[in-house]
Amino acid sequence: MAYSDKVVEHYNNPRNVGSLSKEDPNVGTGLVGAPECGDVMKLQMRINPETNVIEEAKFKTFGCGSAIASSSLATEWVKGKTVEEALSIKNTDIVRELALPPVKIHCSVLAEDAIKAAIGDWKKKHGMEVPVAEKAAH
Amino acid sequence: MAVKLPIYMDNHATTPVDPRVLDAMLPYFGEKFGNAASRNHAFGWAGEEAVETARQQIASLINATPKEIIFTSGATESDNLMIKGIAEMYREKGNHIITQAIEHKAVLDTCKRLEKEGFEVTYLPVQKDGRVNLETLKAAIRPTTILITIMYANNEIGAINPIPEIGKIAKEHGIFFAVDGVQAVGKIPVDVQKDGIDLLAITAHKIYGPKGVGALYVRRRNPRVQLSAILDGGGHERGMRSGTLNVPGIVGLGKACEIAQQEMPTESKRMLELRTRLQKGLEAKLDEVFINGSMEHRLPNNLNMSFAYVEGESLLMGINDIAVSSGSACTSATLEPSYVLKALGVGEDLAHTSIRFGLGRFNTPEEVDYVIEKMAQVVTKLRELSPLYEMAKEGIDISKVKWQTA
Repeated sequence: MAYSDKVVEHYNNPRNVGSLSKEDPNVGTGLVGAPECGDVMKLQMRINPETNVIEEAKFKTFGCGSAIASSSLATEWVKGKTVEEALSIKNTDIVRELALPPVKIHCSVLAEDAIKAAIGDWKKKHGMEVPVAEKAAH
Repeated sequence: MAVKLPIYMDNHATTPVDPRVLDAMLPYFGEKFGNAASRNHAFGWAGEEAVETARQQIASLINATPKEIIFTSGATESDNLMIKGIAEMYREKGNHIITQAIEHKAVLDTCKRLEKEGFEVTYLPVQKDGRVNLETLKAAIRPTTILITIMYANNEIGAINPIPEIGKIAKEHGIFFAVDGVQAVGKIPVDVQKDGIDLLAITAHKIYGPKGVGALYVRRRNPRVQLSAILDGGGHERGMRSGTLNVPGIVGLGKACEIAQQEMPTESKRMLELRTRLQKGLEAKLDEVFINGSMEHRLPNNLNMSFAYVEGESLLMGINDIAVSSGSACTSATLEPSYVLKALGVGEDLAHTSIRFGLGRFNTPEEVDYVIEKMAQVVTKLRELSPLYEMAKEGIDISKVKWQTA
């Protein structure tokens, strides 16, 4: 299968690879997917509780090149955004940006789920109400 | 020595045509274009002579007689013909067929079709090493069993089945024994007499011959095997396979068999050396790598390894100057990980991380060294990216994590 240039670029130079401390109260962690499905994404964000701005984002992904690119792109997009802005990112935006073929759409869905799960985790730490979509993931 | 990129190491999928094979074929595209079935002029005679030489070359490689070789379009057709041909011809004798879980799809799907037509098929499980268990096989035999069809060696993991033992069991029970020999013929000694094989499917493009041509060995005595044809037409190949013979292809298949036979003693030793070099090199540089399938009963040119915590397709993307294949779901059309690895009991998580290396005649030690370096580099990089590797290093048992699956 031929990959789009953008997928290849993210795969070769993934942005924001790494981990933040799960214990940090300002860090939200989203871990979505499953090894037997061939995709696991871990997305973490450090969120300023005063401003609700995502100041730092890190990811690690087990999955195909499109999954790696989707999560790398997600970290780039959420950085500097408020929690509300980040929650408005849709998987279809990722599909468009990376020119993902239909068989790889689930990678973008997983990235959207990871964003929601990370923010949900942060909200929980701050005693906020977590909508269902931010609790569960695929 | 610098290696030429990209490196081809996917020789279970197909092999390049050996230049000696191509040279043998070329005249039959040119001045020797005759139809081998034209009995009354020199053009036809030249074609027929070439075909008979090829029949001899193929027969010699597997210890058969030339009359027992019929030509087909390749392994898929040979597998179809040997199974459907027996099923239809001997239907009155019985309607039960025994095969096994990790056959090629050309065998499995043929059996599935026969099930729809009223046949009963037993799909034997395989052992952890990828081989058929003889006791399980014996237990599956019924009074209505007319055919046992088991591959000589598996295309993904290279596991070699106990073919002579199965042949003996089949003979004792008066059951025909059909073998998909695609990966084994020309690579390891295959002897239809010693192995008790009644039908054997062969293809040219796995043994440095051209694509689109194959053969089927059909035993003529002890017992004499008869087949119902799939194609209706001019009654070529003793009525078993109609259609004008692909003379250049057949010449290529014959030549490929001749070379394979001459070079097998030295070549299988060389393959084993390269395979050992590859395995040891990868194991020295990487932890948590696992071999899939038997090491004891294995094609000398096959290595199938799982690189834990690294998904196969992303690995292939990183080693894009090396041609290998993966059992990862993402590389298959079905989005399911390899059914072969699954049947072996390899966990789906590890099946997603498997890579098949298929060494071949034109691979060199320098290429193997390049592959080791590149694999180590990319696996290490992707493990740095892998949340699973991080969790494993933290001492978390990944199999116990409650994953949120859809």
